Amino acid sequence: MVGIASYGAYVPRLRLPLSAIAGGKPGGPEKSVANWDEDSVTMAVAAAIACLDGVERTTVDGVVFASTSYPFKEKQAAAIIAKALDLRRDVLTVDLGDSLRAGTTALRTAADSIRAGSAKRVLVVAGETRMAAPRSPLEANIGDGAASFLVADAEVALAIEAHYAIADEIIDVWRTEGDPFVHAWEDRFVVDHGYRENVEEVVRGLFAKTGLGAKDFARLVLYGPDARSHAGVARELGFASGQVQDGLFGKVGNAGAAFAPLLLAAAMEEVKAGDRLLLVSYGDGAEAFVLGATPLVGRLEGRRGVAWHLARRAELASYDLYLRFRQLLATEHDRRAGAGLSATKHFRDRDADLTLLAQRCRRCAQAQYPHQRVCYRCHAKDEFEPLRLSDRIGSLKSFTFDNFAGSPSPPLVASVVDVEGARLYLQLTDCAPQEVKLDMPVELTFRKIHEAGGTPNYYWKGTPVR
Amino acid sequence: MRKDAIRDKVAVVGMGCCKFGENWDQDPQDMIVEAAYEAYADAGLEDPQRQIEAVFCGAQYPSKGTAEVADALKLYDRPVSMVVNYCATGTDAFRYGVFAVACGMYDTVLVVGFDKPKDRGVSGPSVAVTGVRGLPATPAGWFSHCAARYFQTYGAGREDLARIAVKNHHNGTLAPKSMLKREITVDDALKARIISWPFGLYDCAAQSDGAAAAILTRRDLAKGFRDDYIVVRAIGIALAPDPKEDPDFDFLRWKPTVYAAKQVYDQAGITNPRAEIHVAQVHDCFTLTELLAYEDLGFCEKGSAKEHIASGTFALGGELPVNTDGGLKTFGHPTGATGVRMIYENYKQLQGKADERQVKNATVGLSHNIGGAPQACGICIVATP
Repeated sequence: MVGIASYGAYVPRLRLPLSAIAGGKPGGPEKSVANWDEDSVTMAVAAAIACLDGVERTTVDGVVFASTSYPFKEKQAAAIIAKALDLRRDVLTVDLGDSLRAGTTALRTAADSIRAGSAKRVLVVAGETRMAAPRSPLEANIGDGAASFLVADAEVALAIEAHYAIADEIIDVWRTEGDPFVHAWEDRFVVDHGYRENVEEVVRGLFAKTGLGAKDFARLVLYGPDARSHAGVARELGFASGQVQDGLFGKVGNAGAAFAPLLLAAAMEEVKAGDRLLLVSYGDGAEAFVLGATPLVGRLEGRRGVAWHLARRAELASYDLYLRFRQLLATEHDRRAGAGLSATKHFRDRDADLTLLAQRCRRCAQAQYPHQRVCYRCHAKDEFEPLRLSDRIGSLKSFTFDNFAGSPSPPLVASVVDVEGARLYLQLTDCAPQEVKLDMPVELTFRKIHEAGGTPNYYWKGTPVR
Repeated sequence: MRKDAIRDKVAVVGMGCCKFGENWDQDPQDMIVEAAYEAYADAGLEDPQRQIEAVFCGAQYPSKGTAEVADALKLYDRPVSMVVNYCATGTDAFRYGVFAVACGMYDTVLVVGFDKPKDRGVSGPSVAVTGVRGLPATPAGWFSHCAARYFQTYGAGREDLARIAVKNHHNGTLAPKSMLKREITVDDALKARIISWPFGLYDCAAQSDGAAAAILTRRDLAKGFRDDYIVVRAIGIALAPDPKEDPDFDFLRWKPTVYAAKQVYDQAGITNPRAEIHVAQVHDCFTLTELLAYEDLGFCEKGSAKEHIASGTFALGGELPVNTDGGLKTFGHPTGATGVRMIYENYKQLQGKADERQVKNATVGLSHNIGGAPQACGICIVATP
């Protein structure tokens, strides 16, 4: 039986009150916004790490990454993610993009590859940091987030029981080469002829194919462009409001290709064995899945899902800060300036930088980072075994708040963290200076370290364990 | 190491130092000429072209390398070499000069330390991205890493650092060649904007341009130059792991200083540094660097610096005056020049020519640099013969 064996979610810690965009009273609805050092790839890695909790990483045969907001036009994200996750070298890597539907298409692609026998366990990851023009209605609508699923041939928590998809051509939401902003046609047209028609057609098609109806589902997990259309379409399809998975409007916002996956992750935290779910996504057509919860769904409790991330929030201090994070405000220091990394140095340092592999001396057991040829302690030469630090908890040995190092959100918190005895010089992120205490536990999070040369350059940072 | 290999065998017979500062209208060669010709005159060199047999230079970011010095002084047809060793660059250039004379290869050599950071267009060091792992190169960020744990362990705080800045600002007002000549108060220091916690603006040395020079000769030839020459008693350099990667680092000291201090005290036979050293110029790129140097150099017990700061042990007129010319704090820190500039101050002190800064009866002086992450330390002990 092919289905979803595990899940993880990621919602960035920062929230922007919608009042900051459109005016109005503070304290109302908000949206999640990626920190300045986050993008669809870093959030995907965070969601995947949660998803792979307790999973032996060498058993993962593939990574399918879905996003419309991936920073590179040419160069694969799935390969970066696989490297950050320390997956096998012979892993299948696929990027799917260009459509709001890419997240669920990734699920289908993973399931199909397993059914075809070319893989047994495929990691699906969707992440989005879409942008709309400052102070546009669309900007208030969009939120950032990521979700991840392990699609597997056995031991599944949600069995994929049926699937139906349609393709449609309509100019509703688009973004062209070189344009940082998503655009949309008039909303009533988009909702009526895009969202509603496609979603209702795919759900009715799936009902016809399976003989199921709205009453057969414990939960409808439905993509929605906004709260009103989301509720309206659910109602028209015959679902009671109690069956509809919360759309997170006013909390996260529309997370694009990651939205339906994020809602599914939220549902997986709540459903019980025997529950049947209807997952529906939209974008250039629509796609629907019948998912059946098995008793294994209960085993997945306690991981970092949507609820955990919703509770972990910090309000962004100002709209200007948000504009600075997105590089929509000119600043003294251009984060994209500089010659960029040496590709050859990057090539040599991939294990240390992307996978965060330290080494342990086989003779004296001292862990050390970065890569050394001669042991710091016993001076043995070339007698090391690799030691992955990215999933370990470290301890803060020292820190400073640096206002001199350019940062979009000064001060830059620089620290030395002891992880398994190795010392790492790390920036702390998602961390206010007043939270920083010597010897506090620190976990590792994959982030953009800088954008020298105009490309995102990824490395690990520390963040307080929450 | 043979402890007495160089002890008291090499004499300093002339020194020069250009005015340190934002020397917008001077290029490196202008400053090198000023420093070297002051040293020539001080040593009474009649014919530098004939008498200087070799040149040892130190510069962290020279634009032309050794030619900068050779061209400035027209010292061709002889060895001119350049050393780079982080903030110990000047001290290390001096060290090579000492060795060259001590081994008997040359009678008289010139040491020149210089740097011109103010041509870079930024008030501090350039914030350059060098790789994925590295954060921007901010010395304030690096040197602050001992602060939190030192403060927690020994109960020190920003006020103790501020008192060091106040002392050095005061001393700098008395030094003719310093850049900053302004008294500050503890309150000024505490209220200044934070550069990298716990360092506020006044905890940080300024950036400046400068050059300093020394003429070294064999001790038996020194009298031919002057009567009040001084001798080099000990000189050492030590490296330590990057404190941000070192698995053993305790964030309470800088290992390079501890290592280099052991070398020079062994060479000099010093067992009680506070009593046996009479004047010291220590690396105060940041106030905490000076505080840690007090302890790492054995001037006081580990953890006791704040008491000595409060009681004035290291002030002018104190038991062991430190940074009598105002240090990096008021001279700024043109990396290659600093170590030689410190020896210049000790030279003046030991000759009794330090005017209002004069330390009474000083016969042994120590200078100390630490730099990089920090990973490198250089220490030089000079004495009256």
